[in-house]
Amino acid sequence: MNTLVDSPAILDESPLKTAEPPNYLQEGGSTLKSWLLTTDHKRIGILYLYSIIFFFLIAAVAAALMRMELITPPGDMVSSEMYNRLFTIHGVLMVWFFLIPSIPATLGNFVIPMMIGARDVSFPKLNLLSWYLFIAGGLFALGAILFGGVDTGWTFYTPFSSAYSNTHVVAMATGVFIAGFGSILTGLNFIVTIHKMRCPGLTWFRLPLFIWSLYATSIILVLATPVLAITLALMALERIWGLGIFDPKLGGDPVLFQHLFWFYSHPAVYIMILPGMAVVSETITCFSRKQIFGYHFVAFASVAIAILGFVAWGHHMFVSSQSIYAGMVFSMTSFLVSVPSAVKVFNWTMTLHRGSITFHTPMLYALGFIGLFTVGGLTGLFVATLPVDVHLTDTYFVVAHFHYIMVGGMVTAFMGGLHYWWPKISGRMYPEKLGQLAALVMYIGFNLTFFPQFIMGYLGMPRRYHAYPEEFQIYHVLSSAGASILGAAYLLPFIYLLWSLKHGKKAPANPWQATGLEWQTPSPPPQHNFRNTPVVDRGPYDYSPEKSEEEVIYGQ
Amino acid sequence: MANSHVAVAEQFDDMPQQQEASTLGMWTFLATEVLFFGGMFMAYIIYRNLYPHAFAAASGHTILLYGTINTGILLTSSLTMAMAVYAAQQSNQKWVVRYLLLTIFLGCCFLVIKGFEYHDDLKEHLWPGPNFKQGLPVQAQIFWVLYWAMTGLHALHVTVGLGLLSVLAWLARHGKFSEHYNTPVEVSGLYWHFVDIVWIFLYPLLYLINRY
Amino acid sequence: MKSHSLGPKTYVIIWSALMLLLFLTWGIAQINLGPLNVVAALTVAVTKMLLVILYFMHVRSSSRLTWLFVAAGFIWLLIMIDLTLSDYLTRGIVR
Repeated sequence: MNTLVDSPAILDESPLKTAEPPNYLQEGGSTLKSWLLTTDHKRIGILYLYSIIFFFLIAAVAAALMRMELITPPGDMVSSEMYNRLFTIHGVLMVWFFLIPSIPATLGNFVIPMMIGARDVSFPKLNLLSWYLFIAGGLFALGAILFGGVDTGWTFYTPFSSAYSNTHVVAMATGVFIAGFGSILTGLNFIVTIHKMRCPGLTWFRLPLFIWSLYATSIILVLATPVLAITLALMALERIWGLGIFDPKLGGDPVLFQHLFWFYSHPAVYIMILPGMAVVSETITCFSRKQIFGYHFVAFASVAIAILGFVAWGHHMFVSSQSIYAGMVFSMTSFLVSVPSAVKVFNWTMTLHRGSITFHTPMLYALGFIGLFTVGGLTGLFVATLPVDVHLTDTYFVVAHFHYIMVGGMVTAFMGGLHYWWPKISGRMYPEKLGQLAALVMYIGFNLTFFPQFIMGYLGMPRRYHAYPEEFQIYHVLSSAGASILGAAYLLPFIYLLWSLKHGKKAPANPWQATGLEWQTPSPPPQHNFRNTPVVDRGPYDYSPEKSEEEVIYGQ
Repeated sequence: MANSHVAVAEQFDDMPQQQEASTLGMWTFLATEVLFFGGMFMAYIIYRNLYPHAFAAASGHTILLYGTINTGILLTSSLTMAMAVYAAQQSNQKWVVRYLLLTIFLGCCFLVIKGFEYHDDLKEHLWPGPNFKQGLPVQAQIFWVLYWAMTGLHALHVTVGLGLLSVLAWLARHGKFSEHYNTPVEVSGLYWHFVDIVWIFLYPLLYLINRY
Repeated sequence: MKSHSLGPKTYVIIWSALMLLLFLTWGIAQINLGPLNVVAALTVAVTKMLLVILYFMHVRSSSRLTWLFVAAGFIWLLIMIDLTLSDYLTRGIVR
């Protein structure tokens, strides 16, 4: 209550003068310069958010063109050279410029310091540098695309990439190299932050599982990405100066490239899924009003996935002429790495059991994740089985498998996390009914797009082909139809989230009545997150039966 | 004089936290560097295993004198670097600057000798490709690709290190470091020692395969 | 936990050991020991590395967390090398 308004001396006192203290969107200025030179982890998270959406859109257009071509059996819409470029652009942009940074660099950057009661990450300037490296890398990639694209596939296999392709391989590889370096620095920042910046009382086993998963992600970022960097550099050396170590004419082995490439790229898929699992752990508990089932198991499972993920890469090379004995070892390790993932799925399910479940949008996405990730993960076991993979490799079965995990899993989780933390980030609620609708449409569209791909892959439809025999057409038509529905489902949140920035209901500090330090500060938060450093005296997910009676506020 | 009141960066609560974070950050970065160079060591191991004779023959054309002297230089530069850190912790500004400058000098010697070596290597046609030196097995070119790539990347890291140390020397000259604040010196020292360690492995692998 | 610098005397001793090891590795390379040449060269290199890490880089007096990070880098390198070698060393084995 403001008594000053009635005072005759200050009749024109603006009501805003007594309103909330400035938040991070206002503090520090709202000029372009204040954004481009920010060291505030929250602003950097938003910079990343806009950037990755930009790349997602380009990669999605490439996918749309591919799915349009595939509606009819003959390759009549684009040439095969053009098609090669399309799936390469789609893969490179989606993997390195959308999925890898998605949750870590956007939600992770935004939420991690708040979740641990810190004012910022350990190295804020390095954080900004990471974003600039991402952008620089992106510019190289865009340049490569604009000047004609690349046709090697996102996997850049030698000797095609190093000796025979006539496309802008080096420019694209440079873009990935630079962006990769940015991601290494992000991982480094998170590791040091989580070790050193936790507020008083926040011991390791009181951390939200989001932190554990992002810590595991950061381990992979830091240890795997450098190998990708040197591998791409060596490939570029061969391409530019003929300094070939993968060149068979000199006794080089193209399979060595594959070993080095997949040593990074297999753990990379865990970079791309662990953050999704991180979000699910948060939203499942909040919208079941229940403590996570088996906290320690989920925490250790995250670390186990990170570690075991490093010893499974050869399952991408079963038919590469790799030794059959190495193949058997990699098959076994691939089975092993599925175990901690399964533990997590089991624990999330048990968290739901006897929970007080509400179907807010983030929960719908979390449930979708569990279902779709399970399908993706199980089919991963099929392809991890060496003899089965000999039949399934380079077919649409593999394409479906990884899209179930990456899109059905990771993108779904990203949407869930975006909706969950949207009130915190923007200070606004999104329209709940539209959110729920989009989640459902996405689920339907996704399954229609990708389930037929399992079937046609099993029946022998090769991947990366733009023309195919008549008998596969029905599956492709279903898949393309699904893709258009999926596209609409992604467009909807894009529209209403932007709408909510101006017109959404103002969000309270804790609209979900969630536990977690990030909810103990206003929405949006002030620049330094907390007025006073929090002190923690209990574990996370301290949801109780009494609390479940509390009204969870619906947006609008 | 020694500056004992350096402001703690605002994201940190106190100086010890800042120092621990800086050190941990550098160690994390060095771990990434191990994997970065590691990819090439990986390739080296595979190919030496596959073509032992070609590698031995190829290695015989590296200039052992330059390589050995350079190893001695880098090992000594690690000593001077460690002494610079010690001097900083003793608040001995004069010797911080001197030891840093010594380290920089030794690093420059390394690069100069490397430059002469590269020149001689090129004169011998040891650059892989159509003009590669005659009389060696074709797989020897793989050795030489790795030689150029590994020593080249290493030299790049030395150069970056020299830049880093120069900035440090300038800051030390202006009294920035003391027993109360010397983490940048320590952390740069870690980087420099790492660069030395990479060379400790490059030396036997590239120069000492077959010297008998 | 701040790691404390050692004294100049220790550093010079370590440096002397390093130079000695350099001489040793150069010397051994002149003698034909067959497969042992590689073993000797790598043993010396690892020893030199350990001296630099433990003394010059102060790891000997550092926290366990630092030890963990140092170890992690090398363990991961070993993982990459071992599993890749497992392919190359078992190719062409015919039962």
